[in-house]
Amino acid sequence: MTGAAPAGGWTTGRIIELDHPTDRLVRLRFHVEERVDHLAGQHYVVRLRAPDGYTAQRSYSIASDPDDPLLELMVECLPGGEVSGFLHDVAEVGDELELRGPIGGWFVWEGDVPAVCVAGGSGVVPVVAMTRVAKRLGLEDRLKVVVVARTWDDLPYAAELQRYGAFIALTRENLGDRVAAPPYPDELAAYVAGAERAYVCGSVGFASFATRLLEDAGLPSDTIRVEQFGETS
Amino acid sequence: MAITRGFLGKRRPERPDRLPPGQYDTGSGWPTLTAEATPDLDVEKWSMSVDGLVERPQSWSWREMHALPSSTYFGDIHCVTTWSKFDTTFTGVSVDTLLEAAGPTDEAKFVMAHSTTGYTTNLPLEDLTGGKAWVVWEFDGKPLQRGHGGPVRLLVPHLYFWKSAKWVTRLELMARDRPGFWEQNGYHDRGDPWLEQRYQGDP
Repeated sequence: MTGAAPAGGWTTGRIIELDHPTDRLVRLRFHVEERVDHLAGQHYVVRLRAPDGYTAQRSYSIASDPDDPLLELMVECLPGGEVSGFLHDVAEVGDELELRGPIGGWFVWEGDVPAVCVAGGSGVVPVVAMTRVAKRLGLEDRLKVVVVARTWDDLPYAAELQRYGAFIALTRENLGDRVAAPPYPDELAAYVAGAERAYVCGSVGFASFATRLLEDAGLPSDTIRVEQFGETS
Repeated sequence: MAITRGFLGKRRPERPDRLPPGQYDTGSGWPTLTAEATPDLDVEKWSMSVDGLVERPQSWSWREMHALPSSTYFGDIHCVTTWSKFDTTFTGVSVDTLLEAAGPTDEAKFVMAHSTTGYTTNLPLEDLTGGKAWVVWEFDGKPLQRGHGGPVRLLVPHLYFWKSAKWVTRLELMARDRPGFWEQNGYHDRGDPWLEQRYQGDP
């Protein structure tokens, strides 16, 4: 797979749909000019340009299936976020933005390997793209998903992930008869069984927690692929 | 390119001369980027080697590395994910010290840096010489944290930070360039932030 992942240069994306699934999330669906089809797990860069030429750019994981005629991003609005704040508060349907992608060839799933995904909060976005591919190809048994969030509202695509059969662990509120807690090792066992690769996506703290959980469940560390965001001090 | 409707920008740098194009100042924070499980590295089992196209292949233990003349970098670092961090202090040894001991042959033009995890990154040899690169184990006077590549990492601050391989254990000198981990996955072979060499195909 190395070297084979598709890559695209700078292009223009027009916002066709935009909605706010929750107060902190904005879902953007773009028509991308001369789009290069992506692999599930890849990302795009969004670049904003001010009248004086100042630019700001950030990377966002793709949520959509490559089969989708539009490119879907789900962006969490971060406190003081220059790009996420703009996408959340200012962007409108019809706006054209500079986009670059797809980018990345490591954190991708092509349906070839039985895998488990463990994602936290907005880290579920690339995993959603993977589940959409799995669903279209009828490969749901090859892609097991565990997602963790503080509350149902903090979990992007919560209902879709539940329908897919993801194990959902909420840490701050009960879900059905499951009492709020991070995932326990025994809850993970059925999802990890048979996996030859793991995808971990979330904040720095989450990625370290999830990696340890997977290693404790017996997955060799060199089968674990990590995508993390946020900072330590 | 066209102006983005409604975007004025709010993180305008106070020191624009220090910020390469497309970067922002992350302030006191330090984001981390890693593609693999963070290893728990035992320094007594770790070693640093320099081999490939050299006259005298070398290997140093953790203690032997610390016995080499120490060298400190004070300055800025730049990550391809668009953050820059000003006024960092890293301490370790200069890569020049390691290369002098090993003696690169005339054919050596490129270097592959290898990590204990299997991570690799390729660099032109001239980007590692002349006081531009270090193998470091201290950040701001404290042991380098695991998440940031502790206990030991490569530091090549004039290039994007993915070139500064975490958990570095080996420098392999080569005649021809060969893509490392991120370079195989679409990232630039050199990665100069001032030229904005982020991805393959950038100038």
